Amino acid sequence: MSHPARLRQGAEELAQPFPPLLAAAEHLASSVLLGEHGRRRAGMGDEFWQYRASMPGDERRMIDWRRSARSDAEFVREKEWQAAQSVMIWVDPARSMGFASAKHPEKGHVARILALAASVLLIRAGERVGLTSLAAPPRTGQLQLLRLAAALAENSEEEYGAPELRGILHHSRAIFVSDFLGDLGPVETALTKAADRDVKGAILQVLDPAEEAFPFDGRTIFESMGGSISHETLKAGDLKGRYLDRLAERKARLEDLARRTGWQYHLHHTDASATSALLWLHGALGRVH
Amino acid sequence: MIGAIGFTAPWLLLGLIALPVLWFLLRAVPPAPIRRRFPGVALLLGLEDDDQQSDKTPWWLLLLRMLAVALVIIGFAGPVLNPEERRDGSGPLLVVLDATWADAGDWGRRAARLEDLLAEAGQAGRTVALVSLADLPSEGPSFQSAEAWSGRLPGIEPVAWAVDGEAAREWAGELEGSFETFWMSDGLAAPWRGGALAAFEARGPVTVFESPRPVTGLRPAAFENDAILLTAVRSRAGEPATFAVAAHGLDPAGTPRRLARAEIDFAPSEREASVELSLPSEVRNRVTRFEIEGVRSAGAVSLTDDALRRREVALIAARDEREGLRLLAPTHYLEQALEPSADLVDGALSEVILANPDVIVLADVATLAGIEEEELLAWVDGGGLLVRFAGPRMAASDVSREEEDPLMPVRLRAGGRTIGGAMSWGEPKRLRAFGPDSPFFGLAVPDEVQVSAQVMAQPDPDLPDRVIASLADGTPLVTRKRVGAGQVVLFHVTANAEWSTLPLSGLFVDMLDRLAVSTRPADLDPDDLAGTTWRPDKVLSGFGEVREAGVLPGVPGEDLAEAELGPDLRPGLYAGEDRRIALNVVTAETELAPAVWPARVPVEGLDVRRETPLKGALLGGALLLMLVDILASLWLSGRLTGARAGVTAALLAAVVAGMPGSADAQTDDEPLALEATSEVVLAHVLTGNARVDDVARAGLRGLSDALFRRTSVEPAEPISVDLERDELSFFPFLYWPVTPDQPRPSTEAYAKLNRYLRTGGMILFDTRDADIAGFGGQSGNGTKLRELAARLDIPPLEPIPEDHVLTRTFYLLQDFPGRHDSRDVWVEAAMADAERAEGMPFRNLNDNVTPVVIGGNDWASAWAVSTDGSRMFPVGRGFAGERQREIAYRFGINLVMHVLTGNYKSDQVHVPALLDRLGQ
Repeated sequence: MSHPARLRQGAEELAQPFPPLLAAAEHLASSVLLGEHGRRRAGMGDEFWQYRASMPGDERRMIDWRRSARSDAEFVREKEWQAAQSVMIWVDPARSMGFASAKHPEKGHVARILALAASVLLIRAGERVGLTSLAAPPRTGQLQLLRLAAALAENSEEEYGAPELRGILHHSRAIFVSDFLGDLGPVETALTKAADRDVKGAILQVLDPAEEAFPFDGRTIFESMGGSISHETLKAGDLKGRYLDRLAERKARLEDLARRTGWQYHLHHTDASATSALLWLHGALGRVH
Repeated sequence: MIGAIGFTAPWLLLGLIALPVLWFLLRAVPPAPIRRRFPGVALLLGLEDDDQQSDKTPWWLLLLRMLAVALVIIGFAGPVLNPEERRDGSGPLLVVLDATWADAGDWGRRAARLEDLLAEAGQAGRTVALVSLADLPSEGPSFQSAEAWSGRLPGIEPVAWAVDGEAAREWAGELEGSFETFWMSDGLAAPWRGGALAAFEARGPVTVFESPRPVTGLRPAAFENDAILLTAVRSRAGEPATFAVAAHGLDPAGTPRRLARAEIDFAPSEREASVELSLPSEVRNRVTRFEIEGVRSAGAVSLTDDALRRREVALIAARDEREGLRLLAPTHYLEQALEPSADLVDGALSEVILANPDVIVLADVATLAGIEEEELLAWVDGGGLLVRFAGPRMAASDVSREEEDPLMPVRLRAGGRTIGGAMSWGEPKRLRAFGPDSPFFGLAVPDEVQVSAQVMAQPDPDLPDRVIASLADGTPLVTRKRVGAGQVVLFHVTANAEWSTLPLSGLFVDMLDRLAVSTRPADLDPDDLAGTTWRPDKVLSGFGEVREAGVLPGVPGEDLAEAELGPDLRPGLYAGEDRRIALNVVTAETELAPAVWPARVPVEGLDVRRETPLKGALLGGALLLMLVDILASLWLSGRLTGARAGVTAALLAAVVAGMPGSADAQTDDEPLALEATSEVVLAHVLTGNARVDDVARAGLRGLSDALFRRTSVEPAEPISVDLERDELSFFPFLYWPVTPDQPRPSTEAYAKLNRYLRTGGMILFDTRDADIAGFGGQSGNGTKLRELAARLDIPPLEPIPEDHVLTRTFYLLQDFPGRHDSRDVWVEAAMADAERAEGMPFRNLNDNVTPVVIGGNDWASAWAVSTDGSRMFPVGRGFAGERQREIAYRFGINLVMHVLTGNYKSDQVHVPALLDRLGQ
């Protein structure tokens, strides 16, 4: 049905956003790595943990023959990195993330870069990274980054997103990146469920400065990004105070929710430095480890 | 026609009726809402507005719109300011001008109006006669074409006198035929106007043109209370006005200039105003005329004559021995007589002469010291008037006894005589009436003047000529002698009342006055002036300019006093024998009154009104209002924020300033400079070959990406540089692909390039022909490169040596391939004495960055990536090809590192020596 050339063209088109996205994420990640993990950067991966005497049940090929040859017993080499955590990432693909005011980047873009940069860090640290959706089960390696980039590039047609838990593993770690402007009910449910499954992690709320400042006035019809929800006002300026109250309330609720379920909450604005958010993300995952 | 505004299409104004309807329509429509995409809308759901106030358009916005619409309606109705009123009329036209000094003030407007009238008459095909009443033609008016008169207009000037009323009335009465009359009046009332007007009206309709401005005149300056009293009059009261009056005269160096200035304020209801001007007598005596500044008319100029001059009189008396007896002092009566009208100078004779007074009076001074006598003689010779009074000392002295003293008019007999005293016979003598040759001629001799003692003159042959006053018995009382330009006058009596009662009488003062010792305000007495002839010295033109009289004939004295000013007696300065009389247009009695015309005569002003169509201005105003409306609407609906506000403001500023091209004034360099300097930018030279330029740009983009990924150099998007136009100094590195057909840079561009190379820039020349050239092979590109580089300041080159710093600035390299893999890459030659550093595999090459790198490996093609990140050109084959591309990137990175860090890597050769010195 598809001509190879056309297939190739489609693939190229599809792959087009990845290298820049990945490059941006790696660039961002490198700025963190240089500070905290510089020495671990090269030749890393097969970190030795301990030798233990082989026990019945160990496969033959697990025996470390070099070590065993120096003594009479047979030893098995255990490596720490094999006990790597699975970190599940959910980036809100909904249309509300496509919002950007003035010259700031889109929220979705910032969210993806942050998520991908965190993935880069995690994969370099030997963790397995996957998406909570079933698109990319947790794996390690550079290839996984490409898969993540591809999966993250997808958008959904919903107005507001809610965390997906379909692919989440028990006892894993998770990162939820969204603006959390939609209904908080599903978020609450998801977090509670995740807590039930002993999944802990970080909630990163990404907001545009305009959403914080509400710099509108005059007769305005506010529409959601998809256009399905709208609200008309004659004096937008009058709504500012109440809007900000509601926003603050929402943030407080998210924070409270995170605290109750043992998660970490952070608010990031698209006009702020992505590095600080990445640092926080990195630190937050470290804390819940 | 409404006021001064007329409409070409007045019916359109009915559209204004629709405005109230529009008001209600506009009022009902609230401003259109803005649709905004905003994810936070979820939080807004359920929020209600506090009030509904902005539901309606605010009244001021409505007003703005109504105003704009009204302007449009009025604009299209074609309003015209000062619409030209066509003067209909036919038949001959008589234009009568007063053309007097009162016209001169706004003669320009009169002439313009006249021109207008003539043009109008010319268009209507009417014949015109132009007559100046002040200068009546000998015959009746000659009706000619208007064009003929237009040419003669500049020759008509206002005269400096008033219209001769009788003549004008007679002339008007002799007119024949029927014609319309335009009368350009000077606006001053005159008794003859009624008669003349009736005569004109008998011939046809009369229209009067008059300036609404009052006529202003300056009366002759009077001398009061030690100050000059300047009085100005005007024809019409009503508005307060201030005029500056300037006194003109010669400064001490003899240059005419303004000596003083005073301001005259007319109270609103006054037609007369004065100001006192106090001047030092030296300055005052130099004043030749006063004039109202800014009024160009003979009436505004007042020439001064001797009346204003206060003569300086030095009174010298013999030593006063009898102190305290003031009435007996020799000079007391002189002082009393002269004080009101002259400036008295005190002091010793030798000092007084230096001050060069007009008159020196010696009261009973007999002998003078030798030097004094010489100086006095010289002074008299130069025009001084020496008046001597006799007295006991003179009678007792030998002055002028045997020989006539040069400073005495006559020889004196010894002793003198006393008449009618206790020891003498006879009655005290009275004066004989003055003869016609005497300067005192005409003065009445009062009876009470008696002379009881006098000095006697020797009866010399020329005595009769010198006597100007004598006693009843014929003995000389006053004698006079001319000495050079001056004269010596001797009163044979004392200056006090000792010898005669003359000093007590009014005659004494008059005599002194006649002798021009003192000066009185000149009462021009015709009897007094009868028989004298006065020579015009200066005359005034109608515009108030003072001209030399030239060859104008002399004027009889009685005319001076009585006759009206006219062509034969022009206002000006007339010189007589020993005094000057000024005749001014405005005299002390002149009252200026506005002309009164009967109500039936239409009176028009002089304004030449120009039609001004207002349509454009009104429509422009409407457009402006609509722009304001747009802004206001945007602002009202909250859309005027941030960048849009800035853009709008800029647009508005551009519109208001009306300079759409003003942005061009900025140099093109600015955005380029910002772009090139805010980040590290690689640049390539535009060759004019689109394909090559695209590849060069793509290559630099690929190299920039590689730098971004691998190094701390994070270049922005590469820039294409036009050598002729762009500034080069922003770029650390230029890639210059050579094509055979690219144009040679201009001299200025070469200058720029050389400056660039000298100040540390680097150019990578790429002939892109390494596949075909090399080893003596020639290609068009190579030839072109040689041609291009001939005028560049390029140092000696050598093939890149193995230890060149380019081989190790970032990667360790030995080859520098691009798409082609040739080893012929040239850089600046190392110094000949470069030596291999100890323990290091390279030489000490602490030279500069090489200004040029020349090769033909077509690096850009190897680096080039398209915008989607894919390679544009294949390099080599398979893995080896990719390796070559990798090396090409490494070369590019090394090159940029070399440019940015210089010979930093070369410095490493010194590390051992440095460590050694530091004692490590």
